[in-house]
Amino acid sequence: MSRAAASPPLVPPAKQEHDATLFGMGIFLASEFLLFGGLFTILVFYRIVHGHEVVEASKELHLWIGALNTVVLLTSSLAAALAAKSAKDGDQRLTQRLLLAAAALGAVFLVIKAGEYSLEYGDGMLPVPGGGGQLVEPLSRLFMNIYLVATGLHAVHLTIGIGLFVFTAFRIWHRSIRLPQDQLSIVVPTLYWHLVDIVWIFLYPALYLQR
Amino acid sequence: MSALSKTSEDGSIIGLEHEPAGETRHERESYLRAGHTLRSWLLTTDHKRIALLYLVSVTFFFFIGGLAAAIMRVDLLTPEADLLTNEGYNRAFTLHGVIMVWFFLIPSIPNVFGNFLIPLMIGARDLAFPRLNLLSWYIYWLGGLFTLWVLVSGGVDTGWTFYTPLSSMFAQGNVVMAATAVFIVGFSSILTGLNFIVTIHTMRAPGMHWGRLPLFVWSHYATSVILVLATPVLTVTLALIAAERLFGLGIFDPALGGDPLLYQHLFWFYSHPAVYIMVLPGLAVVSELVAAAARKPVFGYWFVAYSSIAIAAIGFLVWAHHMFVSGMSMYAGAVFSFLSLVVAVPSGIKVYNWTATLWKGHISLDPPFLFAMGFIGLFVVGGLTGLILAMLAVDVHVHDTYFVVAHFHYIMVGGTVSAYFGALHFWWPKMTGRLYPVFWGRVTAVMIFVGFNLTFFPQFILGFLGMPRRYHVYDQQFQVLHVLSSTGATILGFAYLFPLIYLLYALRHGTPASANPWDVTGLEWTVPSPPPKHNFERIPLVTRKPYDYEVEKEEQS
Repeated sequence: MSRAAASPPLVPPAKQEHDATLFGMGIFLASEFLLFGGLFTILVFYRIVHGHEVVEASKELHLWIGALNTVVLLTSSLAAALAAKSAKDGDQRLTQRLLLAAAALGAVFLVIKAGEYSLEYGDGMLPVPGGGGQLVEPLSRLFMNIYLVATGLHAVHLTIGIGLFVFTAFRIWHRSIRLPQDQLSIVVPTLYWHLVDIVWIFLYPALYLQR
Repeated sequence: MSALSKTSEDGSIIGLEHEPAGETRHERESYLRAGHTLRSWLLTTDHKRIALLYLVSVTFFFFIGGLAAAIMRVDLLTPEADLLTNEGYNRAFTLHGVIMVWFFLIPSIPNVFGNFLIPLMIGARDLAFPRLNLLSWYIYWLGGLFTLWVLVSGGVDTGWTFYTPLSSMFAQGNVVMAATAVFIVGFSSILTGLNFIVTIHTMRAPGMHWGRLPLFVWSHYATSVILVLATPVLTVTLALIAAERLFGLGIFDPALGGDPLLYQHLFWFYSHPAVYIMVLPGLAVVSELVAAAARKPVFGYWFVAYSSIAIAAIGFLVWAHHMFVSGMSMYAGAVFSFLSLVVAVPSGIKVYNWTATLWKGHISLDPPFLFAMGFIGLFVVGGLTGLILAMLAVDVHVHDTYFVVAHFHYIMVGGTVSAYFGALHFWWPKMTGRLYPVFWGRVTAVMIFVGFNLTFFPQFILGFLGMPRRYHVYDQQFQVLHVLSSTGATILGFAYLFPLIYLLYALRHGTPASANPWDVTGLEWTVPSPPPKHNFERIPLVTRKPYDYEVEKEEQS
């Protein structure tokens, strides 16, 4: 190795920072997938070991509420993807509106999800203190446990995503983000949003469609 | 390279005539003097300062974890329970395990030396995400405070493995709080791993392509991949344990249809790779120390580099060898046994290549080299007994005995802690700008080696004779070996205290170090000791391989 005649860096710092941020986000998302990976392992494990009981338990879930929520979430993802595109085009107003639209649809998802929880609570199907009276079979209780943990963890991620979008839209309004120069500040939260929707795309069949 | 090291020994002892051991010019311009307030340390984003913050933090937890071990070793002097109650003993070994694994071993080398050295070694001014780096230190301390809270609120008694259903249904201690502490510190690991991976990919100096990276960096890359991919699985598993205790969620509870064995699978899916998180950085350090001591290029650079990646990859596929007696199918057992034997191959490659590197080297018996030699010896014993344990039939015999305890202490304490001290003795002049008394370094290295063997070799015999782990009331026949072990632990304890004294003494009274006191290669030795705030005045242009010593030429002439 040699320090020889020092030359200017071959890569401009801005480009380096851009690459580093996207790459770092990619690795962060990989680690997030592994976080849900443990839960998917549990779901698959119990599906294999107790196939029949898990199928019966899955039939108790509100299939169509889940389907509606899938549509809502994917529509919000469309808005997020368009926001990333309009950020690259430098359209500040449109980007801001699309981000808020995606956040609003995310909030709709949470409201529907809360309604679904309360339906289940009313039916005595939710394994929380005061609920779950109808869960007499150990395996249906177990399935609802996993359901609650997985959808709950997903809802936490979704809430963080909504916060990120509202905050980013505020920063555009506040002029602390300028497009298209700062497009990365839009792209990174939308990447996170896509994690949230991809996790749901796998959670929905793993929970609702096992019947 | 030697030409370079000679030219870079300029002016590092200026000022010595006027004020013996006073401040040198390089020290005045270094990162250590760039701001004196507490705020300038606690809000720093300089990777070198964060490394020192970690150094102080892990040292603190090392001595707390060590104290728990000392109490256990005193209690084990006699076959009766005379110092600790049964409950107290359970809490002591749990705390020892939790603190040593998550608050010392996992962060030790990566967060102190990786943080300090990776940017210097690849010719960068900092890590890719300096603020994230500081955040990871704060998260570490948040987890640490939870652990200390567990400590003062009565402790936890499940063993560091938190096995269900013990942890979920029967344990009396503060399980939720302890799981929370580990849960939190996991995020610190993930952020550090992420930061290292991105830094190594995107921040290398011009000309520093992958084949020119020091092996230290390769091993840290492998470590980071494990940190990022394994830790989240532990995170979610511990969250489920806490949910089971708090809300009665029965994912691991047989009464509710759950399966305790599933917990073991998920736990070891993280925790076996975590063993490699702990030892790969040790291998990283030893590769550097061996090349430096031999003053020769590392034999088979690419083999050593890829063996780190291979260890990381295979390490993900061996977890169930912790569960041979937990009720697995015979075929699964055979597969995991085979894969566990396979992981010894890349480890063996490293040991052979270090040995070949030393062959005909110009060896000097400096403290870092003695630590590296200690590491190799202890790592080989730990590794070979690992092979014994990977055999299904033998494992059934010695499972959960002191044999296992001795095996993993040879790897983690004999291996990783020796490497940690080796790194401390090798890079201390670079980090602080001061040389320490070499004699005391040698004494410590030898004492650690002797004390360690005296502590843990008797435990192999104990385990083979059938002494189970985690018991403090034992049969009379085991006492002699336990007393030997406790004697060794005393020596070991003193050996760990020595560096604290002479390294701190060196801070004030040591001779100022030149830029390259060991006369070795590597970009970190081209900058002054201690380095300036932004590492490199100008980003270096790398034109040569690592470990580019001119040995062959000397031998021919």
